[in-house]
Amino acid sequence: MKPTPSISLTGSYTINGDHLFGPLTIDIPAGQWTCLLGASGIGKSTILRLILGLKTAGIFSGNITASDGDVLTDRISYMAQSDLLLQWLNVRENVVLGARLRGEQPDMLRAKALIERVGLTSHQDKHPAALSGGMRQRAALARTLMEDRPIVLLDEPFSALDASTRADMQELAAEMLEGKTVLLVTHDPAEASRLGHKIILMSASEAMIWPPPDTAPIRAIDAPETITCQSALLNQLRGQNLEVPYETT
Amino acid sequence: MKRLDILWSGIFGVMIWQAVVWITDAPHFILPSPLRVLGAAYDSRALIGEHAIVTATEVFIGLAIGVVLGVLTAIGLAVSPTARRLFLPILVFTQAVPVFALAPILTLWLGYGIGGKIVMTVLIIYFPITSSFYDGLTRVESNLLDLAQTMGATKTQIMRRIRIPSALPSLGSGLRLAAVYAPIGAVIGEWVGSSKGLGYLMLLANGRAKTDLMFASLIVLAIFAVSLHALVGKIADRLDEYST
Repeated sequence: MKPTPSISLTGSYTINGDHLFGPLTIDIPAGQWTCLLGASGIGKSTILRLILGLKTAGIFSGNITASDGDVLTDRISYMAQSDLLLQWLNVRENVVLGARLRGEQPDMLRAKALIERVGLTSHQDKHPAALSGGMRQRAALARTLMEDRPIVLLDEPFSALDASTRADMQELAAEMLEGKTVLLVTHDPAEASRLGHKIILMSASEAMIWPPPDTAPIRAIDAPETITCQSALLNQLRGQNLEVPYETT
Repeated sequence: MKRLDILWSGIFGVMIWQAVVWITDAPHFILPSPLRVLGAAYDSRALIGEHAIVTATEVFIGLAIGVVLGVLTAIGLAVSPTARRLFLPILVFTQAVPVFALAPILTLWLGYGIGGKIVMTVLIIYFPITSSFYDGLTRVESNLLDLAQTMGATKTQIMRRIRIPSALPSLGSGLRLAAVYAPIGAVIGEWVGSSKGLGYLMLLANGRAKTDLMFASLIVLAIFAVSLHALVGKIADRLDEYST
């Protein structure tokens, strides 16, 4: 198998002729967690959609490249804020959604192992409506991993969860996505301080690299270096006073 | 509890009906009493049954064809921008034409048989089915479609495994409406020109001042319509399980 690639995005973005961000450069190192922080509407999710090769409302002029020069889009799996589980399928069927969609025979043994790793074995026959928010997000994580792709883009996947479930999910995700190239879009400084090998603070004009704590992720919530980093990030975010012309979805 | 409510409400309705007959002392060819209507229904059970089967056939065949056509149209509109541009305005425009006004033309073209009534039924349910299912197909959460795209699914695979199942509850609402409209379509068709069916029997009985037979036919028609609505409602409830 090829080594996990790093990703580089350079360029600027306009929407209806108005400048949203850039020119800026975002480098996402291979096999690590990069956390992208910034005010709402600054274009964090747009960055993610651009890397995924999905349609966006505006125009991006620039380049998105992988370190190995290969096409990116079929090597990325994606996890959103909402779990996006299909209500008419049970957990097991949702986990193998990718194969079902493509009309392939799903690897049920692998699915079973992943479901066990996210702790849903006793719930695998249940439909999403019968699960808690945390369980649904764990199922979504198993579905993301089932795709077995080297790059994982996460768009605020834990932001709708309660604080303790969110902390559990962060730990589970850090463990399960180890070795993959991960880009986590978040607006939570605490999350970035816990999870990031690299932290990028995005504004309309630049992508500023913020020093993460010296220790390796995942860091304890109450570790002094996590708390110091989190406070400094929060102060920085509050002081930015960014002018944000558009809300993105 | 609900069934009991329906029973009580039915008994209450019949009591009011009987009370009106007593108070107004109307002659039986203007307003027959419930008992008289029951008698007429029993005496003419073979006749009513024969005509009811014709109406039911028209309704079921019309429903089946209308649902299939509506579903196919909705899928076509959802996948093809050209189809939307060409066909959507026509579809909306045809809704401005009262379908009932077409009944005489259908009789002229298709005659007194059940063909014209089936077409009438199809026409009347086609729009609610098409528009509700089309709405459902186009209102699938965009994040879900994005996810499917990142998983490498083709448009056909996304349609088959995500958009159609997600739209089934909307199709269910269309079906519920269609179940109400379909008997109306068939009966109007029969009124305008036919030799069979409950609509025809009602006109015939009315013309011969057999008001009790007319009422009996009307009640059978109502029972049929309510049963159809309940049956289709059960199917629609199953489709609701696909809600996202």
